[in-house]
Amino acid sequence: MKQLSVIDRILLLFTAILAAYQIAVGIDGVDAVPLWAYTTGFGVLLLAGLLLLIFGFEALESQLVVVVSTLIPLALSVGLVWEYLPGWRAPYALFAGAGFGLVVLTRLARAGRGATITLALVHSVAGLIIFGLPLLLSLRGDVAPSFALVGLGGGLIGLGGLLLLFLKLGRPVLSPRMILTVLPALLLLTLSAFVAGFAAGG
Amino acid sequence: MTMATKLRGQLRRYWPLIKSLQTGLLLLTGLAAYMSTRCPVSNWQTLVALTGTLFLAISGSTMLNMWYDRDIDARMQRTAGRPIPSGTVRPAEALRLGLLLAVAGVGGAVALDPLYGVVVFAGLFFDVVVYTVWLKRRTPWAILWGGVSGGMPALAGRALGAGTIEWVGVALALAVLFWIPTHIMTFSMRYFEDYRRAGVPTFPARYGFRATRMTIAISSLLAALMMGVAAYGVGLTVGCLRLMVVLSGGLLLLAVHSLMRPSESLNFGLFKYASLYMLSAMLLFFLV
Repeated sequence: MKQLSVIDRILLLFTAILAAYQIAVGIDGVDAVPLWAYTTGFGVLLLAGLLLLIFGFEALESQLVVVVSTLIPLALSVGLVWEYLPGWRAPYALFAGAGFGLVVLTRLARAGRGATITLALVHSVAGLIIFGLPLLLSLRGDVAPSFALVGLGGGLIGLGGLLLLFLKLGRPVLSPRMILTVLPALLLLTLSAFVAGFAAGG
Repeated sequence: MTMATKLRGQLRRYWPLIKSLQTGLLLLTGLAAYMSTRCPVSNWQTLVALTGTLFLAISGSTMLNMWYDRDIDARMQRTAGRPIPSGTVRPAEALRLGLLLAVAGVGGAVALDPLYGVVVFAGLFFDVVVYTVWLKRRTPWAILWGGVSGGMPALAGRALGAGTIEWVGVALALAVLFWIPTHIMTFSMRYFEDYRRAGVPTFPARYGFRATRMTIAISSLLAALMMGVAAYGVGLTVGCLRLMVVLSGGLLLLAVHSLMRPSESLNFGLFKYASLYMLSAMLLFFLV
């Protein structure tokens, strides 16, 4: 497994600081549910940065990390749906809860293929919402154009998730070393896009 | 050789005697606790005096410990390179300097504020006399007194700012108290053979690794809980409290994981995370 370089450490430290900043300042004018949903998403990103700093890339081998990292897209997408698609609040919250529960169960049961399919399904639905909804809203002029940055963040985190999934499956599109080399930068870029997008406001 | 070169050389010899990282962290707890009372920062004279007296007292106390524990340090691989066992500094020299710094630190603290001075003195007394001289070689429970002394800079800083000893200061001191066993126990597992060779009674030697890991996990969580209580008492903003909830969640997750799947690396990671947590919380108290 690749060791953390100095650059990796700096990038991860900035990621953690940026996530901590976003949690502390919060997001203006949102209800309690989206606020806590966003806090959960940014919180997991903060913890991801810290745990990678402490344990190195070995942390990615833990089943716990796979389960907890599912919370990033799920929590952020719940926040977005709650804010911008009020009619879908209950069904989507149900999907997110059930999806997370299934990810936990299939991981605990070591369901192999079933676990991978569940994870991919839950990630892709949540990822598409984070990617597509902000883009759509900003294109329609419902929100500030720079809110599209949240969508960019969604795209980047989706890309990171895919790379890690391929790595786990042993069929990486890039070499494992390359994936781990780009991962800290990808995390920081993702977070920067989210923070800038949310700062621009909806 | 010029005077400046000579001084630089002496400083380089003495510097490792104060364990700069540990001293720096304890100093930070004192400064953060003082700042948490929302004293006017413009009162820079008090801030400088607090920094100076605490630095002197903590450094003096650490030097006196190093002087007393020089025989143990010489038997342990991890500490054999320290200035006294390695022969860089003579024991009498370390004792003299340690006493000088300790007296200057406590004296300055009493002059600054009698209550603050008493708490600083208590920290030094618990650390050197109760922990190092009396209990460290007798019982693994000595670490509790190590924790009590570690919490004193925070209590002292808060007492100086608030003018009295109140529950927020006690909560801050308890947070450090619960963190210190985490630190000592992690090292006593990591350097188990070293401690056994030196004849120092440790938790893992007396109660086993499993019980020690459980104690570390519980102790880390109690430290986080106390820090949360103190944060509430200080009146941190909702955003900062939210951030502390997230960081505490990470600590809880790691603590539970380290109990379910115990391993040395996970245990060491928990210790590092708990230390980072304490540092972040103290910085929040300091800055926000």
